[in-house]
Amino acid sequence: MLTRSLFSRQLFAAASRPAVAPKAAFRPVLFYQNRFLSDATRQAIDKAVASAPVVLFMKGTPETPQCGFSRASIQVLGLQGVDPNKFAAFNVLEDSELRQGIKEYSDWPTIPQLYIDKEFVGGCDIIVSMHQNGELAKLLEEKDVLVKGEEGAAEEQTEKKE
Amino acid sequence: MADNQEPAITENFLSAALKTRLNATHVQVTDMSGGCGASFTSLIVSPDFVGKNSLKRHRLVNAALKEEIARIHAWSAKCQTPEEYEKEQAATGGNDGPPMDGTNAQGKVEGVSQ
Repeated sequence: MLTRSLFSRQLFAAASRPAVAPKAAFRPVLFYQNRFLSDATRQAIDKAVASAPVVLFMKGTPETPQCGFSRASIQVLGLQGVDPNKFAAFNVLEDSELRQGIKEYSDWPTIPQLYIDKEFVGGCDIIVSMHQNGELAKLLEEKDVLVKGEEGAAEEQTEKKE
Repeated sequence: MADNQEPAITENFLSAALKTRLNATHVQVTDMSGGCGASFTSLIVSPDFVGKNSLKRHRLVNAALKEEIARIHAWSAKCQTPEEYEKEQAATGGNDGPPMDGTNAQGKVEGVSQ
């Protein structure tokens, strides 16, 4: 059987990652069709969305994104200086119910998906365009989720991998 | 399901669909398929976007191409009103185009093939 644990949570930097205790056991009901978002999955996603002020559903992990769009999104959040303590990432590749469920939950067909303060912001196109036009900086500032002090402290975590 | 009867998803097919379904006045669809399935990126210009924020515009596009997007691996879009498009064309010397974020140096999408 596949993993039954709640979607694993990952923070920006492995170094700053506290020993995250596994969350309460996630008991999905059996699906015969993936299209139906069960109450159990919906509740698990509710929890995931509320698990941090900034939440990214992505393919792969912040350290090792498995898709260019997820990589671009993580890089933007790093460049913006999002506080790792206020950020959680969920790898949809680890959980097929999350992967299907999040699309229906957000009414959004692609991954990655960004939530800020439990509100859906958008996917990679929107994240990148908001990064470029200054809206993202403004929003993150308003929500008080940036690293205090040194500007761009998170940049070192988003070095380009060519 | 009648898989055989579904039209192949191509740049032209998506382009035509967007013109019909979204009243798009200008559409540029680019195939950026790399090693992990069909991927397209697009620039869509439509008067339907006037007065809507970015999220609402993308939701319009996603709804218009619901079935098509579900069948491909990756989809990227830039949604502009005719006025915004003209401005950006002027500012970029006619180089307004689809977003290429998320692609590699060759303009292709890399990622897991699932």
